[in-house]
Amino acid sequence: MTELRPDLAVIAAHVTPGTRVLDVGCGDGALMAALRDRGCDARGLELDPALVERCVARGLSVVQGDADRDLADYPDKGFDTAILSQTLQTAARPDRMLDELLRVGRQAFVSFPNFAHWRMRAALTFGGRMPVTRSLPVSWYETQNIHHVTVADFRELAAAKRVRIEREWFFAGDRPIGSAGANWRAEHAVFEISA
Amino acid sequence: MPPATAPQTYTLPAPLPLDGGQALDGVEIAYETYGELAEDRSNAILVCHALTGDQYVASTHPLTGKPGWWERMVGPGKPVDTGRYHVICANILGGCMGSTGPASLAADGAPYAMRFPVITIRDMVRAQVALLDGLGIGRLHAVVGGSMGGMLALSMAANFPDRAARVLAIATTARHSAQNIAFHEVGRQAVMADPDWQGGDYYGSGRAPDKGLSVARMAAHITYLSEGGLTEKFGRNLQERDEKTFGFDADFQVESYLRHQGSGFTRRFDANSYLYITRAMDYLDLAEEHGGRLANAFAGTDARFCLVSFDSDWLYPTAESRHVVHALNAAGAAVSFVELSAPHGHDSFLLEHAALDRVVAGFVG
Repeated sequence: MTELRPDLAVIAAHVTPGTRVLDVGCGDGALMAALRDRGCDARGLELDPALVERCVARGLSVVQGDADRDLADYPDKGFDTAILSQTLQTAARPDRMLDELLRVGRQAFVSFPNFAHWRMRAALTFGGRMPVTRSLPVSWYETQNIHHVTVADFRELAAAKRVRIEREWFFAGDRPIGSAGANWRAEHAVFEISA
Repeated sequence: MPPATAPQTYTLPAPLPLDGGQALDGVEIAYETYGELAEDRSNAILVCHALTGDQYVASTHPLTGKPGWWERMVGPGKPVDTGRYHVICANILGGCMGSTGPASLAADGAPYAMRFPVITIRDMVRAQVALLDGLGIGRLHAVVGGSMGGMLALSMAANFPDRAARVLAIATTARHSAQNIAFHEVGRQAVMADPDWQGGDYYGSGRAPDKGLSVARMAAHITYLSEGGLTEKFGRNLQERDEKTFGFDADFQVESYLRHQGSGFTRRFDANSYLYITRAMDYLDLAEEHGGRLANAFAGTDARFCLVSFDSDWLYPTAESRHVVHALNAAGAAVSFVELSAPHGHDSFLLEHAALDRVVAGFVG
């Protein structure tokens, strides 16, 4: 088995075993497979049919669909946990996406690349161009990320929506770091939230 | 080499109750099996055929001499692997390849013809479940079907939820739309407008409504294809001539192709069966059978579902599959869904498609 991406590993480690989980933007199902190994009933939503096909071939239950539109099809509190990994920044309306996550799940995990990381700041400040870094490796014109978000922005959005941040994790590369100065030090952030 | 096959017929031991209120006595179901049944009978897969299909899923058709209709999918080492699974394919109730249908003899020794009761998809499923009972198979490893076969698979999941652990429904729907019904009505009217139909009593008369049935097949066949597929295959090319004849011969290749499809069909299919089976499909509305809410149809199921649609299928478009997926989600069922890209319209499920093979193999397990 290949090793999980750090944000997925931290989510997998903190989902309660045996619970019902919806992984929104589940990709090739790596996290779902790990959750299944923990006895979870994991369901996925994924836009790319080739990735859905790989999930089905691994015996996972994944529906092809667009999270912006199709989360509405899922019943209220149908899941214990909803997961949005590296997908918030691709949402048409990230604020509404958060609402939907906490509607279909009692709690949620959200992970995203932090656009306030110092490499980003440096690239924009000194290069004057939209940054292309290891955590956001695609040029501005071909990226799926349409709402770049920072750790500070996310905290502010959560506060404005009265969404509780239960726990948070930060990573520089694959290395976990503390929350001190996370907004400029973290390349990736993971938040556990509840309504 | 095609897998070994065992042509058989099972006579239902009890009258089959029908949605129309009647019961049908002495129903026979013709079926084929492939691969060994495990000692604990846990490895059976029921493959359900489409409207004009039959039980010869992976063996040579006795009338046409052509390979089975899903030989590329069912066989040793194929996505539905008969090296591991015991595959059963039965000719549906109302069919004309050995199962009881309008051409069968009624108690008075004459063919039922239009005295055959109008049947539903659920009636066909009841007959299949009775066959499974007869074969001693309590729970299928999977029920698999495309088009009408997918309707049968979904209907089995809704009405006999404990009979299949996996449900794979391809290019299908849980209800026939007005457009679907409209196309079927064109076909039925073509059959019934043929003077050789004789009110359905054409058996033994030396005349059969081949022209009407052929037209029905031609119209239906167009709905199985896509505009892109037809254009790619035929365009406006002329058939074995350099110029238009300014007449009504088959000038265009596509005309000749449809005529060929139509006439080939009449050699292997009974016109009255076509009427009854299309009617059964038109009546399909799984939500209506379950209090008007499709999610109710799947409430409490512990089966795993997989739905597949094709982006060029305009007969049972992706929205129809999504509608089922939505209901399955609402019912809390384990469901997968994928829309595959294919140029050939509804018929894509029968044609070469590597991604479909991977999905089927992966889901069936």
